[in-house]
Amino acid sequence: MTEYHLKTPLSGADVERLAAGDVVFLTGRIYTARDKAHARMRQSGSPISLQGAALYHCGPIIKEGRVLSAGPTTSGRMARYTDEILSSGVRAIIGKGGVPGEPFRGRAVYLAFPGGCGAAAAQQLKVCGVHLQELGMAESMWDFEAKDFGPMIVAVDKHGGDLYRDVRASAQKTLTD
Amino acid sequence: MRALQKAETSLPSWVLQRIEDAARQETSQIAKSHLEFMLENVRIAERTRLPLCQDTGLPIFRVQMGRDLRLDFDLHEAVAEGVRVATEQIPLRPNAVDPLTRKNSGNNTGLGMPDIILDMVDGAGLTLTAFPKGAGSENMSLVGMLNPADDPFDFILRTVAERAANACPPLFLGIGLGGTFDLAARLAKRALFNMPGSSPEELKLLARVNRLGIGPMGLGGDTTALGVRIERALCHTASLPVAINFQCWAHRSATEVIR
Repeated sequence: MTEYHLKTPLSGADVERLAAGDVVFLTGRIYTARDKAHARMRQSGSPISLQGAALYHCGPIIKEGRVLSAGPTTSGRMARYTDEILSSGVRAIIGKGGVPGEPFRGRAVYLAFPGGCGAAAAQQLKVCGVHLQELGMAESMWDFEAKDFGPMIVAVDKHGGDLYRDVRASAQKTLTD
Repeated sequence: MRALQKAETSLPSWVLQRIEDAARQETSQIAKSHLEFMLENVRIAERTRLPLCQDTGLPIFRVQMGRDLRLDFDLHEAVAEGVRVATEQIPLRPNAVDPLTRKNSGNNTGLGMPDIILDMVDGAGLTLTAFPKGAGSENMSLVGMLNPADDPFDFILRTVAERAANACPPLFLGIGLGGTFDLAARLAKRALFNMPGSSPEELKLLARVNRLGIGPMGLGGDTTALGVRIERALCHTASLPVAINFQCWAHRSATEVIR
């Protein structure tokens, strides 16, 4: 369990050394996207370059350009888009609850930000801009400047490590014992 | 409005106590640091008076109304007005959308919202509990129409094992046992209002859930649930309805006695 402080956009080498269970803090731009932004990107592509990007499953509360609360939303709803999002160059998906880990192999990491911690997350984020604003506050693609955003746990790494899978398997074993 | 403000920016002291106790006893380092960060998050929310979670939920309320009380106004409309003011002032995230068009009403009220559970009680008082309910945990909730030969606790454990990670554990589990399809669901919601439980069955189920090892946010640990409450009703001799209403660690609720 190593602690890393990384800058975005992430390099291939950044992602290479992360292992499931490590702790990560990110500084630099991160972009939010949830249900509607994903559907829109599938239809007409991303409004910004996602090369090396950290994509955050989050529907924040923003007022007058200030981030008031911005914790992660359930990533499972966006699982159907994982493969194409990673193909667009995203190297880290941030969220909570996890998504199936297979598409991450050899490509990217999934970082778990503690769910329900919107007030703490907001302290580490500033608004730089917004895309797809017509989708509404929660569904817009917010462009945030993050300062030491975390703590996040590497829940899925690019080498096949997957904490959710291991925990689920162990719970199933307890059920059948 | 005042009840919502309190509910959205702080947690009841017994909830905080349970998280603190769990943080102290956790043996997994990841789990312990998650629980400590959750407590830190609540302190920040209280200090800044901002919503502790960006999912400020759907507006759910329980109103306990004295039988001797006569209201000369529309209770539903009065609560809705409070929700609209709270949405603007706290502020809350506008979450309420039409189920088909997905169009957002913009103020968390409209068709069927707020949802008010009304109980008649003795006296002439009016007590209102705000219980904003986020989607992460609500989405994982389930009603099962079991065969009376089935074990309802096995069903609950299998459901929790499969779904808990997405519901922001450590959880509070509201269980509705018996009744009908819809009554079971309402009992499960009531169980969340009446949390925590302390009967032998409730404590046994809590211990079994925690043995699953799902842990905070599904990343493993000793703390999968912080409370279980079971509400029951008679059911048909041929039925066994079981409802599980998941509640995330942020068991937000605040009560105002209205004079």
